[in-house]
Amino acid sequence: MALETFYEVMRRQGITRRSFLKYCSLTAAALGLGPEFAPQIAMAMETKPRTPVLWLHGLECTCCSESFIRSAHPLVKDVVLSMISLDYDDTLMASAGHQAEAILDEVMTKYKGNYILAVEGNPPLNEDGMYCIIGGKPFVDQLKKVAKDAKAIISWGSCASYGCVQAARPNPTRATPVHEVIFDKPIIKVPGCPPIAEVMTGVITYMLTFGQLPALDRQGRPLMFYSQRIHDKCYRRPHFDAGQYVEHFDDEGARKGYCLYKVGCKGPTTYNACSTVRWNDGVSFPIQAGHGCIGCSEDGFWDKGSWYARLADLKGSGFGVEANADQVGLVAAGVVGAGVAAHAAISALKRAQHKNTDNGTDNGAGKGGEQ
Amino acid sequence: MTDASLPAAPAAPARPKPGADAVAKAAAGGRKLTTVYVYEAPVRLWHWVNALSIVVLCVTGYFIGSPFPTLSGEASAHYLMGTIRFVHFSAGYILAVAFLGRIAWAFMGNQWSRELFTFRFWRKDFWRGCFTEIQWYAFLKPRPLKFVGHNPLAQFFMFWVMVVGLAFMIVTGFALYSEGAGPGSWQDVMFGWVIPLLGGSMQVHTLHHLGMWAIILFVIIHVYSVIREDIMSRQSMVSAMTSGYRSFKDDDPE
Repeated sequence: MALETFYEVMRRQGITRRSFLKYCSLTAAALGLGPEFAPQIAMAMETKPRTPVLWLHGLECTCCSESFIRSAHPLVKDVVLSMISLDYDDTLMASAGHQAEAILDEVMTKYKGNYILAVEGNPPLNEDGMYCIIGGKPFVDQLKKVAKDAKAIISWGSCASYGCVQAARPNPTRATPVHEVIFDKPIIKVPGCPPIAEVMTGVITYMLTFGQLPALDRQGRPLMFYSQRIHDKCYRRPHFDAGQYVEHFDDEGARKGYCLYKVGCKGPTTYNACSTVRWNDGVSFPIQAGHGCIGCSEDGFWDKGSWYARLADLKGSGFGVEANADQVGLVAAGVVGAGVAAHAAISALKRAQHKNTDNGTDNGAGKGGEQ
Repeated sequence: MTDASLPAAPAAPARPKPGADAVAKAAAGGRKLTTVYVYEAPVRLWHWVNALSIVVLCVTGYFIGSPFPTLSGEASAHYLMGTIRFVHFSAGYILAVAFLGRIAWAFMGNQWSRELFTFRFWRKDFWRGCFTEIQWYAFLKPRPLKFVGHNPLAQFFMFWVMVVGLAFMIVTGFALYSEGAGPGSWQDVMFGWVIPLLGGSMQVHTLHHLGMWAIILFVIIHVYSVIREDIMSRQSMVSAMTSGYRSFKDDDPE
């Protein structure tokens, strides 16, 4: 049986050509592409065999799935039903048990080397992976098995991308991000806890329509969503530059919507699209709701100190001190300053003593010089 | 600062360029040695530009991490944080360019211009010299040795803080700057890789901040020991970095 194209699948599911074309132009707009790309998308979907997506769940909380199903542009029902052919996702699929596992094997054989593996969560490696069992086997085995014949891998969320909360110190289960387990496949990281719904559907739509990976940054994140910090496009940025900050939650500045930098906003160190794409169909995002960014799409954000302090606790940087750089620095400067003062006092004393000896015996310095 | 070409030290011996031999000979007691032209004009210029940049960078850097209390009124009426950051970045550029210039001068200048960049850890006499200096600072030796350039202990700290430390601050500083300059900017192409390498933007901020404190500690010790040495050692210190000439207080060979 020849592989079905996207278009054929959509038509079979009762979608009219008119709706299909509308969908193509909406998708082009959602990806930030010009209108001339709509026919290209339509063309691709009419001619290319559909690419199945296998969505695996490791050690995670399903917040990525929760986010994903709330996508508004494109609507997730379009993505799931007509577009990505999500052939396996144990949270969303109707079948369960042996039936479900059979689909996984079937797709892997039929579309060998031609399916996309989406991973939500990560494999724990301690105790031979026993901390996460899927279908009676450690998740790490399932991950390796499915990754073997995948075209590319999408690491959904901070769990798959960096490790997230389960990998926070001391990481008892040795939860490990996907790119430290799978080395021979292209991996796209879509970090966030969870990632923005439109970012997720946007990435997947791009890969399916163009048959290639989106442009990635050094860390493997799609540039179209992760090339700027929250801070760079934050609507409160003018208050930052002006020097107007929320000093405490609920103060006058908080009511006026000043910058949340001083109450620990991680916008200046966090790469994500929250301040442009926003959440829940563009309704709001944390800073707009009056809370600083917690930096959930950054590597190791659980271990980087308080969410409410601007200066990071050094414990998060592996120095083992529960103090920030200024506290450590001030103590060190105090110790060194006191040391210098004491040394200066002793030096003066010695010098005075030396002079007295010089006056008495007249050979103090000479003796020293002869050594 | 006195221009080096001026006859700032007329008492200087009429030797145009005291080479290593002459100095060694003089130190060995062959000739009377009183004054040597050690720090050439570019070195002194770098010293003071660097010192000023460091002061500006520390003050502005501190207030970027812990901003001033909130200003009232319209946002458009102020640009306080913007100005502080602008001054910080400008001083950073000046420090970086001066640092490059200083490296270039190490190739063109006299033998002491290279001293800053050398760390002779493989030489036994270097470590012995360090030990002797520690003894001197610990009041275990009544009299220090004579040095035309830096003493070995000073050289050790100069190398690790003013060369390695400054290089670290320049690299992390430009890496952080690249976050605002954006992907594809030359700062990003040259220094952007530092951020994932060191464990993320927040981490680089913290390390850059700790680097500031390391430099502040260095400055405290540097200023103190220079003044102390000026009084208690056998050669001039403070005037050497203004006029460039280092004079010795005695003509003892050792």
